[in-house]
Amino acid sequence: MTASTLKTTPLNALHREFGARMVDFGGWDMPLHYGSQIEEHHAVRRACGMFDVSHMLAVDVLGAGAREFLAYVLANNVARLQVPGKALYSCLLNPAGGVLDDLIVYFFTEDRFRLIVNAGTAEKDCVWLAARRDAHAPQVDIKPRRDLAIIAVQGPQARDKVYAVLPEVRAAGENLVYFSAAQIGELMLARTGYTGEDGFEIILPATQATALWRSLHAQGVAAAGLGARDTLRLEAGMNLYGQDMDETTTPLETGLAWTVDLSAARDFVGKSALQNLRPTRHALGLVLLDKGVMRGHQKISSAHGEGHITSGGFGPTLERSIALARVPLAVRAGDEVQVAVRDKLLCARVVKPPFVRHGKVLIV
Amino acid sequence: MTTPADLKYTKSHEWIKQEADGTVTVGITHHAQELLGDLVFVELPAVGRKLKQGEECAVVESVKAAADVFAPVTGEVVAANADLADAPEKINEDAYLAWMFRIKPTAPGELAGLLDAAAYQAIADADRH
Repeated sequence: MTASTLKTTPLNALHREFGARMVDFGGWDMPLHYGSQIEEHHAVRRACGMFDVSHMLAVDVLGAGAREFLAYVLANNVARLQVPGKALYSCLLNPAGGVLDDLIVYFFTEDRFRLIVNAGTAEKDCVWLAARRDAHAPQVDIKPRRDLAIIAVQGPQARDKVYAVLPEVRAAGENLVYFSAAQIGELMLARTGYTGEDGFEIILPATQATALWRSLHAQGVAAAGLGARDTLRLEAGMNLYGQDMDETTTPLETGLAWTVDLSAARDFVGKSALQNLRPTRHALGLVLLDKGVMRGHQKISSAHGEGHITSGGFGPTLERSIALARVPLAVRAGDEVQVAVRDKLLCARVVKPPFVRHGKVLIV
Repeated sequence: MTTPADLKYTKSHEWIKQEADGTVTVGITHHAQELLGDLVFVELPAVGRKLKQGEECAVVESVKAAADVFAPVTGEVVAANADLADAPEKINEDAYLAWMFRIKPTAPGELAGLLDAAAYQAIADADRH
């Protein structure tokens, strides 16, 4: 794909002005880093960094029956969303229980919910949702919001930096519990993220994104690229769609059983398949004991059979290589396994993710 | 950063310095480290290992990817820069100072076939566009 056919976010020109190294990320022209990916990672763990995640898509689900519709199409139970602004992480499943996407759903009013879906799956999701809507809830309106931009401001100083730049959101922001959001005028302020640190995701009209980015930068917030976003989420033990799970894996095999309530009376797409499933593998973390760097797709041998790495890399906060892996059920935290790294078999210890949360290393 | 004129280069982004004692010092170029991003792991060839020109002999891994380093000339490894094991970021800081290993060439004629700075610079520039 050539640069001219790549999709761009409203902040594209600004990334170039900030000296970003741009890459093709699933058809989007996105910043990988602005000089040093590791420094950007540390900025988020120790102070504050900001990410342009406008390639992700906000999808509004509007109208009477929106809750019932989402209760049917989402694997997690939107009945848990009772307080306006509350957010829920959920998988979108196909009838076989495979993961079509993972998303966050925000509840505002009975006739207004908002989903934030992954960039690479956004178009497919909208088609999928519209087809289920046509069959089950024709009165529900599904509205993709490409007119919005999303800036994630993350790190221990993130909330204060946002208040300094947007004083009008302070009152609402200070009342936000983790995993909830408030709509303040045209701006949605969500206390969510993908780094394992506190912070906000700010969803705002695309026309206002550049000004917000500049103001945050003037407050000392470091621009951070998708490279740092990936190492931060890996240390936080969070799955990346397309790498750690896809349509061929179920939530039960990828550490997301907690997001699926199979005991409730509610029916949802994929439920019966999951009820009949006896998974033979589960997801755990690995810490490399030898020197080297684990990468996705590498093979794992254990006393209980083979597995593979779904996401691997170097954790800058841990200063060693870590990975998310799919391994036989009998493999447990504390076990030692071997990983085929290039032409060598290296030793790794199995751990239960997350590896890092709120700046603290959780594994020994 | 400019490409030092006193060094030789390969298409696979190694730099080669001819030392007064007849050995050659090898590292990866500034352009190579820029492509890789922050380096986090370096594996060097053992001293005494005999290499053929073009043979994979070292590995540099960044947060993003792993890359092989190839022997620019045939010969024996006579030294390896152990400092890099604990500080691979030195290659990002100054790729031409952070040497990786030294070879005593056994086929000195190969040196004439290496690229000069202008030829390598042209390759690096083409990569960027």
